[in-house]
Amino acid sequence: MISKELSIKNGATLNLKGLAVTELDVPKMSINYALNPDDFFGLIPRMLVKEGEKVSKGQPIFYDKNNDSIRIVSPVSGKISEITRGAKRKILNIIIKQEGDRSINFNIPSLSNISKDMILQLLVESGSLAYIRQRPYNIIARPSKLPKSIFVSTHSTAPYAADYDFILRKRMHEFQIGIDIMSRLIGKPINLSISHSCEIENANLKNVEIYKIKGAHPSGNESFQINRIDPLNSGEIVWVIKPEDLANIGSFFKTGIFNPKRTVAVSGDSLRSPKYYDTIIGSSISSLVDSKELSNIEDYRFINGDPLSGSKVEYSDFLGFYNNTLSVIREGNQFRMLGWLPFIHNNIPSFSKTSLSWLLRGEKKVNTNLNGEERAIVVTGEMEKYFPMDIFPMQLIKACMRGDIEKMESLGIYEVVPEDFGLVDFSCTSKIEAQEIVKSGIEIMLKEVG
Amino acid sequence: MDFIRKQVDVLKKPFTRGGKLEKLYPAFNAFETMLFVPNHTTSKGSHIRDGVDLKRTMITVIIALVPALFYGMYNTGYQYFIQTNIEFTFFDAVLHGAYKIFPMIAVSYAVGLAIEFAFAVYRNHPVNEGYLVTGLLIPMIMPIDMPLWMLAISVVFAVLIAKEAFGGTGMNILNPALTARAFAFFAYPTFMSGDKVWVSEASNVDGISGETILGTLAANGEVAYSSASMFMGSIPGSVAETSVFFVLIGAMILILTGVGSWRIMLSGVIGASVVGILFNLWGANSLMSFEWYNQLLVGGFAFGIVFMATDPVSAAQTTKGKWIYGFLVGVFCILIRVFNPAYPEGVMLAILLMNVFAPLIDHYVIESNMIMRKKRWQALKLETT
Repeated sequence: MISKELSIKNGATLNLKGLAVTELDVPKMSINYALNPDDFFGLIPRMLVKEGEKVSKGQPIFYDKNNDSIRIVSPVSGKISEITRGAKRKILNIIIKQEGDRSINFNIPSLSNISKDMILQLLVESGSLAYIRQRPYNIIARPSKLPKSIFVSTHSTAPYAADYDFILRKRMHEFQIGIDIMSRLIGKPINLSISHSCEIENANLKNVEIYKIKGAHPSGNESFQINRIDPLNSGEIVWVIKPEDLANIGSFFKTGIFNPKRTVAVSGDSLRSPKYYDTIIGSSISSLVDSKELSNIEDYRFINGDPLSGSKVEYSDFLGFYNNTLSVIREGNQFRMLGWLPFIHNNIPSFSKTSLSWLLRGEKKVNTNLNGEERAIVVTGEMEKYFPMDIFPMQLIKACMRGDIEKMESLGIYEVVPEDFGLVDFSCTSKIEAQEIVKSGIEIMLKEVG
Repeated sequence: MDFIRKQVDVLKKPFTRGGKLEKLYPAFNAFETMLFVPNHTTSKGSHIRDGVDLKRTMITVIIALVPALFYGMYNTGYQYFIQTNIEFTFFDAVLHGAYKIFPMIAVSYAVGLAIEFAFAVYRNHPVNEGYLVTGLLIPMIMPIDMPLWMLAISVVFAVLIAKEAFGGTGMNILNPALTARAFAFFAYPTFMSGDKVWVSEASNVDGISGETILGTLAANGEVAYSSASMFMGSIPGSVAETSVFFVLIGAMILILTGVGSWRIMLSGVIGASVVGILFNLWGANSLMSFEWYNQLLVGGFAFGIVFMATDPVSAAQTTKGKWIYGFLVGVFCILIRVFNPAYPEGVMLAILLMNVFAPLIDHYVIESNMIMRKKRWQALKLETT
């Protein structure tokens, strides 16, 4: 297969200390596993099981109030030990205590002549559909309308992001089955973006259109690739699948059992040996990070995902549904005397040339300090540097703040997801919360336009 | 550091919620955050943040202004001593300038920051750093002998009308420092033009006079200065704008740190050069035939295009918009100089005019992006039908 080259300019790489080395380990056994409905954007959970009920691996636990074909299934066989709730009885975590080895099995017809309807039906019933997300809005794919194309990106550029090349190395066969199923579904090859130096290229994959991406973060985010390869227009849909999830889908079509496998890169500069762990969705964070390695748990922040766009969790929480990365960084709740002076404190990573940080090569240590206070937007032109797309990020953010649907639409809200603004958040001089603002804009669009 | 931090924490008590001086918290916060970057951690969005903040950005602009300010002090003394024929050393000149200029800076900061603090307390928002730059810019672009009360009133007008009325830093349409100058220019014209305002003590001591080069040209006079003095800045003019050389040092600082837009500066110079060359070819009067490269050196053009036109809030905000905006500032600067000798210095009015048009420029740049996207959608609809 001949690959096409694609160079995405603008953006920047944050080289952080403590990146997981490509070495796979078996974690401690997790006793409890959990599903968090917040992992699924736009989903309103309706429970299918009660506390104390026994569940099998692959058994639906809850579904979406607005669409009952969106089902989230249990990653393990066990018993619902607790459903934790927050304000207004919002479901926070559905905790499943692992026991037994029951699973729901499906009969998979021969893959050589499986029909589109059959594929869709199996995806819905097995819960594997949750692995597929549709753009606009990054919600779980709706089986009612097939996408114009499917995108899978193994080009990961975020700081601490997992190396999909490494994750897929032993799963190439399942990955290929996943690709075959998906390309049969849409009747054309799926788009696979890979990094410039990547072994996947030599794997002789079929039914894919390979794009070799050259570029710093955020060129690994699918939005920027879609924009260049097959831009999303009003009324169109594309699907996006994370590489390991596609292998899990492949595994399901091979065995007939839902596969919740998750290879997770645990990174952090305070960890003794940051590396990859072979685990499953929803396993406890304490099974992945040994609290003895960290002097005081309170001084650290645990993030499901990368430090730019992940979500904050506690040590007692669980791995997210889609996360191949778990980041552990120091809390930055310290004062810094005269820290705003230019050209001092160059150890703090900064893209701004008002610090000498850009001259210092090598890996950098980070913490969660805001490094200033929030202000009105004053500096212009800095967001564009980290947003390689034909969209005006600042104007789109302002349209989201106003909730101006028409402006949001014409400025390109359909083509972005909050994660794309990770570096905008990071680099903003006025410390605005771009990702939160865009998320609220997308929520308005989802509600008003759908 | 720990000791100071503890003292600050003790002082902070009455200002925190429930304390006696709770309402004055924004004022206390301004001083506290000057001393310490707060211990706030990220709560939403990206968990890690760049080391840069608005304080650092603004202080970088101030650093860029210092060379021009220092030369302004020297030139103030220099102009005074050569006119009075008193022997002087370099330090005498700087001292004389400092003696005249520091009170202006003090008044500008005191009045402006007082208003900023009052608004911050009244509206309960943190004090914004924008005035740190504005407060230094205002005295730098005024004539040296301007009475301090006039300066104070100009500051009040600029901060209240140009800035706070629109919602404070980040929301203003006009550049506040230039608004202060424009106010003074129209309110007190006798103190802002002529041949008795540009040299220190000119209005008090007979025999001292000095017209700016643009003023001389507007009056059809002969220019007695060489291009070299125009570049180095040993000519009469507003306090700190005369030296192109020292303004260029500031420009380098702004460009290298990425704080000022090089696009606006470059396109401004191109715009002014193009119009200057066209007028040279026409050459109907002394202003038109004044060499285009000298047009770039005299008056406040260099200072305006480097420090005023690049103000990110009042300038165009899109990349394409910045090119257009800068170019038009250059064009209008020369047009106003040549066609309206009543306002010998065109750059102030050119920038203020373009400040007003900047949102319109951006509007069309953004509109073209929206039209591009809509066309892509429509092309698709045609294909499918």
